[in-house]
Amino acid sequence: MQKLANPKLFLRLADMVRPWVLGATIVLLVLGLYLAIVQAPQDYQQGETVRIMFVHVPAAWMALFVYSFMALAHGAGLVFRHPIAHIAAKAAAPIGACFTFLALATGSLWGKPMWGTWWVWDARLTSMFVLFLLYLGYLAVWSAFGEDNRAARIASVVALVGFINVPIVKFSVDWWNSLHQPASVLRAGGPSIDSSLLTPLFIMALAYAGLFVTLWLLAMKAEVLTRRIHQMQVAQAGEA
Amino acid sequence: MRLQGEGLTLERGGRVIFGDLSFAAEAGELVLLQGPNGSGKTSLLKLIAGLLRPVHGEITLSGGISGLATGQQAHLIGHGLALRSGLTVEENLAFWTFFLGGGDVARGLEAFGLDQLAHLPAGVLSAGQQRRLSLARLAAVGRPIWLLDEPSVGLDRMSLKQLNFQMGNHLSAGGIIIAASHGDFDITCTHRIELGDAS
Amino acid sequence: MNAVTALIGRDLKTVLRQGSSAGTAVGFFLAVVLLLPLGLGPDQALLARIAPGSLWVALLMSVLLAAEGIFQSDYEDGSLELLTMGETPFEIVALAKALVHWLTTGLPLAVLAPLLGFLLNLPPDQVLPLTASMIIGSLGISLLAVLGAAITVGLRRGGPMLSLIILPLYVPMLVFGVSASSPATAIGGETAASLAILGALSLAALVMVPIAASAALKAHLQ
Repeated sequence: MQKLANPKLFLRLADMVRPWVLGATIVLLVLGLYLAIVQAPQDYQQGETVRIMFVHVPAAWMALFVYSFMALAHGAGLVFRHPIAHIAAKAAAPIGACFTFLALATGSLWGKPMWGTWWVWDARLTSMFVLFLLYLGYLAVWSAFGEDNRAARIASVVALVGFINVPIVKFSVDWWNSLHQPASVLRAGGPSIDSSLLTPLFIMALAYAGLFVTLWLLAMKAEVLTRRIHQMQVAQAGEA
Repeated sequence: MRLQGEGLTLERGGRVIFGDLSFAAEAGELVLLQGPNGSGKTSLLKLIAGLLRPVHGEITLSGGISGLATGQQAHLIGHGLALRSGLTVEENLAFWTFFLGGGDVARGLEAFGLDQLAHLPAGVLSAGQQRRLSLARLAAVGRPIWLLDEPSVGLDRMSLKQLNFQMGNHLSAGGIIIAASHGDFDITCTHRIELGDAS
Repeated sequence: MNAVTALIGRDLKTVLRQGSSAGTAVGFFLAVVLLLPLGLGPDQALLARIAPGSLWVALLMSVLLAAEGIFQSDYEDGSLELLTMGETPFEIVALAKALVHWLTTGLPLAVLAPLLGFLLNLPPDQVLPLTASMIIGSLGISLLAVLGAAITVGLRRGGPMLSLIILPLYVPMLVFGVSASSPATAIGGETAASLAILGALSLAALVMVPIAASAALKAHLQ
């Protein structure tokens, strides 16, 4: 783990791994979409619209997962004092924000035929909306402090404080009366969905995870290289 | 060309900065403003630049371009750098060149030894280099009057040489320089104004 | 390239490379949209009734919040003084600044706001009229925000004071902006009339703000 903290080594490893992850992502995505659209049965109540679930649910899972990843990365950065841990969180944030937006948008599209409304301020949707705002606030901190060394520390605080929202999102449907349906996969007593729906769901989730890793590796590379360019520019100015 | 101030009284923040001050500068002359901090050196420069208005007295410029105010025919080098750190050195100078009526960006960069740094973002420059960049517009845009507020602050020996060289060139070409400085320049000043006793 | 184009170009480049206040404004807008139903209750019928007004209020407050820094960096680094010493009238300089603010903050927010109307259960037939009113009003909104920034530049707690000064000036725009969002609320049942008045307000601001902002900024430089 310590070795990975070296940016050069990390980049080389990332470049090697990335094509494989991308390949796996594409395979999983194709497989998952096939199973979701062709194979999975219709819902007896919702008909075809239930298939939005295969895009919506993994997106929501990823939204929460990425934020947890960010909080963990910042925690590791504060404990082990490796700058690359903070950069790992910074690189993940925009991707997580997009997953959150995707979850909110697809959820809204699903909600219209299912509940008759594009949006409702119940516990689950509100806490996901809050999660989206937390992502935006987090990104704003990096944007405001720019090249400053303090940015990583301040971003850590924002990420860690906001982490309280993640369990709230997860358990919101259990704690409050909610229009959104209660937990059907990660719950005590095991999943309550049939395996014909569960399998494509998990494959899509893995595909999303693969997508995240691919994009995150790219973002890390961009971030490390940007910093390197900046250091080179500073050096160039120093020589003149 | 002649820049003249007669009977200037200036008030700022309720107190009189200077009263009944007069000066004159002809083409090719350097006027040195000296005095302790707060004595009104910066204020006088801003007055000539048109940023402040005197309670009494007036400033007249004869021999300049008619239709333009004195401030539009003058360069003001103040304490601020007026740079955007996200823009490159060249972009920063190009902006002021365009805004102040046109000039030669390359000449400005060369005059203060910044041509090697032209494509770097201004934010990575050292403090001294940024100071030189903010001085570069003196050489890039031709304006007859230079109002310099402690221009040598933050400059190393080589940069001071460049500044003195540019100032000398400007005076030889018939320009006027009014400079506030704690120290002297390599060029002999024609007039020395001591500020500090607000009479 | 002339002076004004150079000024607009410099500000746009800065926004592009160093980030702008637009992101914060959007975030604040979303936060206001979040707080309203939480405070007022999730009753869909109520939200539908107050949606146009709420979106307008959220828009105004978001733009004001992001307005504080418009002249800040120029004031602090001495650029503002130099900007009075060009051959361009300072009123035009103020107008150029307002234009940049409108392009980067006011207009994007005005386009985005009605699209988020569904969060407040905005009736779909009101989306287009609301969009029209917000875009027409956005010019005036940006201009007044720039005026507020010019008045409060350099003050340490300028933000609240800026809002205090400019919010009253926003009232006419708010009234006609909301009334233009549906025939039920419009004057004489015609949204076009409200839109026309809103447009007139924006144009009036276009003429008055550069003069007022220029005077305020020059006063600050004294």
